Amino acid sequence: MGEFKVHRVRFFDYMPSAIRAMAFQPQREKIAVARTDGSVEIFNRADSFFQDKVIPGQEQVATEALVWVGDRLFSAGLNGEIVEYDLDNNKAKYTLDAYGGPIWAITSNKQGTHLAVGCEDGTVKLFEVCEHGIQFERNLAKQKGRIISLSWHPSGLKIVAGMMDVIRVFDVETGLSVHRLLVERGIGTSRSQECVVWSVVYLSDGTIISGDSSGKVKIWDDHTGTLIKSHQVTKWDVLTLSVSQDETSLVVGTSEGTVVQFQFLSVVLGQDNKEWARTRTFKNHTHDVRAVLEINTAVVSGGMDTQFVVRPLLDKIEEKGPDHTLRKVQFPHRSLVSCAKKAGLLLFQYPGHLELWRLGESDENSSTERVLTVKRNPEKLLHLKIKGQEHICCSAVSPCGEWITYSTVASFRIYRLNCDNNNVSITKISKLPNVLSSANQICFSSDSSHLFVASTCSSVHVVSLNLSGCKLVCTLKPKSGSGQAINLLAASEDGKWLASANSDHEVQVYNLKKMKPHCTVPVYSSGVSAMAIHPTTDNLFMVHADQQLFEYSIEEKKYTDWSRQVQRHGLHSLWLERDTPVTNVTFNPKNPAHIILHDMFMFCIIDQTLPLPENSSQFYNQLTLRSLPEKERKKHSHAFKMCKNFKGVLFVELMEDQSLVVVERPPLDITAQLPAPVRQKKFAT
Amino acid sequence: MKKSGGIQVITFLFSSSLQVYSCSADGTVRLWDFIDGILIKIFTIGYPIFSLYVSEKHAGVIFIIIPMASNKHDESCQLVAVHLPKVPEQEVEARELSAVLCKISTNPGSTAVGQGGEYIASVKDLGLMVYFFRTQKMQRFSLKATDKKGAKNAFTCVACHPKWDCIATGHEDGKIRLWRNFSQKKEYTYSTQHWHHDAVNTLCFTPEGMHLLSGGLESVLVQWHCEEVNKKDFLPRLGGPISHICVSPDGQMYSTSHTDNKINIIHCSLKLSAVIQGLVKGNVWTDLMIDSRTRALVMNGRPGHLQFYSLQQDKQLYSLDIVQQEYINQKGLDQFDVVKAAFNVKGTWLATVEEKGHCASSDLEFSLKLWGYNEQAQSFELNTTITAAHQDRITSLCFSPSTETTMLVTTALDGQFKVWLLGADSEKEQASWSCDYVGSYHGLQPTNCCFSSDGSLLAVSFKEVVTVWSSDTWGLQTTLCQPPGSIRELCFGRLSCSKYLLGTTTNNLYCWNLLTCSLEWSTPVDVCLLRSDPLSENVAAFCIHSGDTDLFVFRPSEPRPLFTQKAVCGGKVQRCVFAPREEPLDSCDERFQWLNRSRLYFLTEQMELLTFSTRVEDERILNSRKQLLVDDSVAVTPFYLLLGKHRQQQEEKQSSVVSQVADRAQLPQASVAVKELLHTPAHVLPAASFLCSMFVNSLLISKAGSREGKEPSEQDMDSEKEEDESEEEMETHDSQQEVRTQGSVEEAPLPLSKAEEKELRRVRKTDFSWVTSLTSS
Repeated sequence: MGEFKVHRVRFFDYMPSAIRAMAFQPQREKIAVARTDGSVEIFNRADSFFQDKVIPGQEQVATEALVWVGDRLFSAGLNGEIVEYDLDNNKAKYTLDAYGGPIWAITSNKQGTHLAVGCEDGTVKLFEVCEHGIQFERNLAKQKGRIISLSWHPSGLKIVAGMMDVIRVFDVETGLSVHRLLVERGIGTSRSQECVVWSVVYLSDGTIISGDSSGKVKIWDDHTGTLIKSHQVTKWDVLTLSVSQDETSLVVGTSEGTVVQFQFLSVVLGQDNKEWARTRTFKNHTHDVRAVLEINTAVVSGGMDTQFVVRPLLDKIEEKGPDHTLRKVQFPHRSLVSCAKKAGLLLFQYPGHLELWRLGESDENSSTERVLTVKRNPEKLLHLKIKGQEHICCSAVSPCGEWITYSTVASFRIYRLNCDNNNVSITKISKLPNVLSSANQICFSSDSSHLFVASTCSSVHVVSLNLSGCKLVCTLKPKSGSGQAINLLAASEDGKWLASANSDHEVQVYNLKKMKPHCTVPVYSSGVSAMAIHPTTDNLFMVHADQQLFEYSIEEKKYTDWSRQVQRHGLHSLWLERDTPVTNVTFNPKNPAHIILHDMFMFCIIDQTLPLPENSSQFYNQLTLRSLPEKERKKHSHAFKMCKNFKGVLFVELMEDQSLVVVERPPLDITAQLPAPVRQKKFAT
Repeated sequence: MKKSGGIQVITFLFSSSLQVYSCSADGTVRLWDFIDGILIKIFTIGYPIFSLYVSEKHAGVIFIIIPMASNKHDESCQLVAVHLPKVPEQEVEARELSAVLCKISTNPGSTAVGQGGEYIASVKDLGLMVYFFRTQKMQRFSLKATDKKGAKNAFTCVACHPKWDCIATGHEDGKIRLWRNFSQKKEYTYSTQHWHHDAVNTLCFTPEGMHLLSGGLESVLVQWHCEEVNKKDFLPRLGGPISHICVSPDGQMYSTSHTDNKINIIHCSLKLSAVIQGLVKGNVWTDLMIDSRTRALVMNGRPGHLQFYSLQQDKQLYSLDIVQQEYINQKGLDQFDVVKAAFNVKGTWLATVEEKGHCASSDLEFSLKLWGYNEQAQSFELNTTITAAHQDRITSLCFSPSTETTMLVTTALDGQFKVWLLGADSEKEQASWSCDYVGSYHGLQPTNCCFSSDGSLLAVSFKEVVTVWSSDTWGLQTTLCQPPGSIRELCFGRLSCSKYLLGTTTNNLYCWNLLTCSLEWSTPVDVCLLRSDPLSENVAAFCIHSGDTDLFVFRPSEPRPLFTQKAVCGGKVQRCVFAPREEPLDSCDERFQWLNRSRLYFLTEQMELLTFSTRVEDERILNSRKQLLVDDSVAVTPFYLLLGKHRQQQEEKQSSVVSQVADRAQLPQASVAVKELLHTPAHVLPAASFLCSMFVNSLLISKAGSREGKEPSEQDMDSEKEEDESEEEMETHDSQQEVRTQGSVEEAPLPLSKAEEKELRRVRKTDFSWVTSLTSS
């Protein structure tokens, strides 16, 4: 397959932020994840937990809780506001101040008619969910002390609220407190500290389950208001609870990073006398688990260590398949890096700023060694801080390296970069066309003369760029008229074609010469995680979240023979079992048959001339091939050449000089930047 | 309530009644009444039985583990249900077997009957099998051998919760898993608890199901709370590794049995309430010795300790901590242990050698310790510690028997023997030991040393050469050499034979006469062990002959053995000792006269302690055991036992005089008066003073000569009280036959032995005034 000179880039200090809350939408099988930087991500359980949408965060937004009401997503935070999200356009729809101080909890009733929020001032506020917004209805009886957690009884008649040292049960009709359940404090030094009821769950049979800061999971009876059972789960805090849809399984997230499962099991087999028994313990986190979800086939957890972990419950999964793998999502399922191929520049997108780096150069003569000596160090050219509170949602650098553009939810900026030897300066392009107020995705044409901006309703604005300024050429709109936001754009090398993919899995191809839609690729069940147009053949190469590969001939408007062969033959099981999606596709101009893909753990070159691997054959066969004599290699080699030398790959691109840029962010570096976890006694220490 | 011992006996409490089943490898299941010690029934199965389980729900059925019938080489076993036929005969053949589970482990702890007898669970290797009787279905769950974290998941034991459907399994890496919902193939679930650092040996639920008890190598009893899994209580330092735990049916008492032959009775509040300690089994490095003060057998006990074991009472008197370091219960650690020990003749001094590195080739560390007996404290106290007594390992040590000086000789692999003397008491300090003389012979390594009976001569063997030294001047007197073969053991004759020196090599037994300094006689036998009786001229020699060990007893003066016993036991005899008797027997049979002054005990490869006894002794032991059989109808009180003693006395008298016609049916004459006293209701009873004289009269025997005295009766009472408390365990010990009688001597029953006569005479002299004081009060 040949050797590459690799720029091993480790100066992208990307730091994901901690997961604060999660909510599950069982009908659509979507999981909403709120992070501490205010961003909300939507994962699709049905589509291999692909990150469908990302709603960028804001400064000084501390989301505390999330809730789904039907298909609508609401969040509430310590700034005292309730936010409803516009999931079509990946932004907040509106915010509403609840006037109760910081909000700790938000929940909806099962009927989907009302929202309840728990506020710092001790009130539980009920909001009516209307078609276009929410409307404050009334307060329940005001209590002393803050409301930390809330849970609505499935009948909608009662609400249980976790507070400091007490749990209260409210009658929704009258708004009065029916029960006051006293929660005992921890022993020892924590006796003087108030016991915080971090999480409560109200089951349909009238059982209330609470998790508190003394490390106990308590099971209460709401008829009598008495404690049935108490389980000491941890020495530290029990932070979060989640019960399965059928109320037979409960998962508990703790400060120790463990997730403990409780199951509602019959004490004697075959009899109805059941009780909650502690069963399994999962330890996938190093830090606080701030949010857990029991979604029937898996336990999903997230916390301070920024990882989104899906632990499958094998007893609930019928057949072996991709659902069986333990998934850890650490990086977003989209590229945060853009590359100016010709100029050798890399643009890194952080939530609040952009960084532009020039790649270093190596001493070619010392190529006998595995590691080349660096002749010129990589150089940070630019640190661009954005104005305003919103975080960047997308950014791009032009292939020539002269233009930089980014967008937040509220604003859109284009800068021209002037490089005079060592003097780097940027000038902001003023007088942008009015339609360019925000973008979901930005892409430059290969000759840097045009800019493609994905906007609302899957439309793409084509903007021409020149020294004098920029001008809107036209707006491309898909025939289908889908309202979903575009998450991927790909322009062809010759400037003739543009492909866009949206979160409805639709892929639209536009003819840029005629400025109108060319064709629509047949919709596949899984979302597109990466795509690119081949520079010579003009084939659109797409990789989906379920790891399937498609190649679509734009000119002939059909799948290519190779793509059909892949579908007929099927992919190797080891390829399908990988747990992170491919986030970038690029081509080798020297060898048109080579396609370079990467995910978080590997990059791979697909040679379309070689046969596809049989399921029985060895998939990772490079080492074996190396040991074989030259003649036999042909017989054993197959299309997939995998490279796993890098950890935490964020971006792979082949530069014009045939050198490979690999941007990696080792997970250990992220762990090193996390705060210290809670102290735990280890055996023999 | 478990017994386990020589013939693989495991008994199981039949919860509702006072009966107990036991099974053994001879293919029988026996039903016992354990209060009375009566064998009720014998069921013959016909296969070796490894374990036995009963459940209340399955009346008339027992579950036993027998080998798979098909293949004898196969070690796997099967669990079969046996329907016990209901027939009145005592000995019944039970042939109605039906297989329940196949390929299971022989270990009794790896199978358990579940809640209400609904199912039976068994573990083997990496699999858990649960058989449901109602649905007649079996569920099989298996674990991976290891996971990423290097866990060893093999199962070691299982226990079933008595009330819930919950199975606890113990694992090799110390984890305990609690399985639930195991009727489902896929939706079963388990939780894992981890405290033990080594394999969990045994698990047991309390009858109410509140607690789970576990134990293992750590020798810590762990009590887990079923309701609150994180909470657990510990009872540490119980002894050796825990091998079994069981709980009394009312849940009040736990008992743990340990691999070092110990049973602890523990109250459920985790307070140790009683200890039953037999002879501690383990590595024996030291010789067997007799402590002349307590007449106890002294040998290695718990690691780092010497145990003082009473041969008469079959129990450990105490354990002397020699190493004085905390023993760590973990495999593969190299820790100090006592390897050599010796008493001086009076029993006032004890010399010990402790060593580290005797198993591995790691650095050898050893020290010599000398212990003096403190009369006030009634125990041995450390007097002197010599850390580097020699350059290399000490091979033997012995005290001088002479009464004038207290002298110790040690020999070591560094080619030297050293003489240690006790210094004089000064005002400030206690006398301590110091080296007096260092001897060597041509740089050869000394292996054995031995003092002559008067202490004037010391014999030290250097390979093939025996050197004899004068203990006064430390001059080399003579050398004796009889190649080929290096000397294995040395031994001086005693009493009239003290001029003889015995030595063994791999092929020969030599006897030298020290007056002539010449070989008196030699015989070609492979003697592995040579011991002389300190109270007589006799010498016992154990010889290996085609896998078995033969015993010869002889006098050095004549090469003809006094007594021979072929094939005393299989394998090599490890150690032996002559234990002096308290009172010499006078056996007239010539063959057994060597047993008159002292008794020979020896230790086999299986760590069984065996001895020789005569017929008379056997009978005495049997009689003492009969005392245990008590009538159900009468409550066991000290008063009753007093009566029982009296009754037995009567019987004995009758049996000795009226030639064994006496039977238990024949009641003592005074029983009418006693019955009247006991059976009349209290409110119609005449005044106690009136009855008293009648009662006392009934106790008195017309011939005031055959009554036992006050002292022995009190002693017996005490011992009987103890026996009451632990009646079952007493039997356990008997069946474990630490002291197994062997080679019973053919001897005609005498009308009255001299010893008995003597006792009778003593009894006659004793004062009975206490009885009158009792009546007057």
